[in-house]
Amino acid sequence: MTMVTAERLAEVLVEVADTLVDEFDLIEFLQMVTRHTSDLVRAEGAGILIADHHGRLRLMAATDERAETVELFQVQTEEGPCQDCFRQGSPVIDVDLAESGDVWPNFAPRAVAAGFRSVHAFPLRLRGTVIGALNLFGTQTGSMTPADVRIVQALADVATIGLLQERAISRGEVLTEQLQAALNHRVVIEQAKGVLAQVHAVGVDDAFDLLRSYARSHRRGLSEVARAVLEDPKSVPELTSRA
Amino acid sequence: MSGPGPRLAQVRALVENEDAAPGDQPGIVGRMQRLCRAASDALTARGVGICLIAEVDAQLTVAASGPVTEQVEGLQFALGEGPSLEAHAARRPVLCSDLRGSAGTRWPGYVPAVRAYGVRAVFSFPLQIGAARLGAMGVYREVVGGLSDEHLAQALTFAEVATVELLDSLPAPGGPHRVVQDAVDNRYEVYQAQGMLTVQLGVGLVEAMARMRAYAYAQDRLLGDLARDILAGRVVLEPDEP
Repeated sequence: MTMVTAERLAEVLVEVADTLVDEFDLIEFLQMVTRHTSDLVRAEGAGILIADHHGRLRLMAATDERAETVELFQVQTEEGPCQDCFRQGSPVIDVDLAESGDVWPNFAPRAVAAGFRSVHAFPLRLRGTVIGALNLFGTQTGSMTPADVRIVQALADVATIGLLQERAISRGEVLTEQLQAALNHRVVIEQAKGVLAQVHAVGVDDAFDLLRSYARSHRRGLSEVARAVLEDPKSVPELTSRA
Repeated sequence: MSGPGPRLAQVRALVENEDAAPGDQPGIVGRMQRLCRAASDALTARGVGICLIAEVDAQLTVAASGPVTEQVEGLQFALGEGPSLEAHAARRPVLCSDLRGSAGTRWPGYVPAVRAYGVRAVFSFPLQIGAARLGAMGVYREVVGGLSDEHLAQALTFAEVATVELLDSLPAPGGPHRVVQDAVDNRYEVYQAQGMLTVQLGVGLVEAMARMRAYAYAQDRLLGDLARDILAGRVVLEPDEP
């Protein structure tokens, strides 16, 4: 894999910084981090998972449907690189999925069937606490350079900072408050997807696209629009009235 | 899927094993009173209270571990400010390990009032599933200091159990009160189906989840499996199912 250029990295960091000060939407932000991370190291997909109070990982964002499907499978079977990375607190780098059937008997064949060949996972960490993991999928092995590893870990750290937003990170309490808010944001989006799937007679993935394009074109946050769909549908008639 | 782990089972057992006290209310309120007492003991708190913040008229019902905590819990509604109202509005826990200092400017009326009761730290947890919001659970302590990680996880689990039990206590069409004891299923299909049902049945999110859980219980099915069938159109819940 070619090294990331300094220019490209700078561009990404500028966009990340912009997002942190603009009208902030956490789920959108995490989605952006997955997209950039995947692009920067030329991976084929990425996802971010964070742990709930039972220590279960839950999917927060993914680059696309293919990555999302594999991530959700990983969550349900409680097996895979993110689980290992989260439990060990250290990265899982460049694992060949074709040879991982022993380690991950459920996850590995599923990821291979989705067209992936290699997988990497990086911890989201804050002062010795691991709160989740960032997962990358590739279609070839042996492509992750040491420089790539540092960049991906840096972006995983950016994702953690995004979770905390502007709130002081001095207190562990703030971390709990923010993580719980983040987990609930994602549930709100899933509920809104269900509403839109029914109203427009489409699948939940298409419903998510509707939600996202509406939020973008109206320059509103994803979670905010999802809440409007659920709590005040008349305020977003383009989304909630049948065409 | 190995499920949510031992903590949920442990917290449920604590609630089950909590004795009824003289003066406990019948039904779900009594159950919430026992849950508050179990939570108060487990979290080494002075008391635990649960408030329901109704969606329509903001009317409040309160269950608490004891009469003093009930008064403390009620204070913020009289004053119109406090951690449980904030947790409900902000849709996240509000954890205040020291009521001295900046808390006084955050809640100028509330802080002196609860301090007069000897409360020194307050932790409030919303009772919610996504945009379906029922109220909040407040944990009161007489000592300054944060909850340990274990206590935090336990408090979140007590709030989770309270949320689910309140949902299951809603009168389901055609049946008596049902307590569904299956694991809280966090698969996203459940929430997607919940949203879909609000449109199909013309009900709110809270009722949609209650209906789905009651149906799963009546048909002896896992919630996640039922949710997938609802999403695929294989199962249709009738708006006025008897």
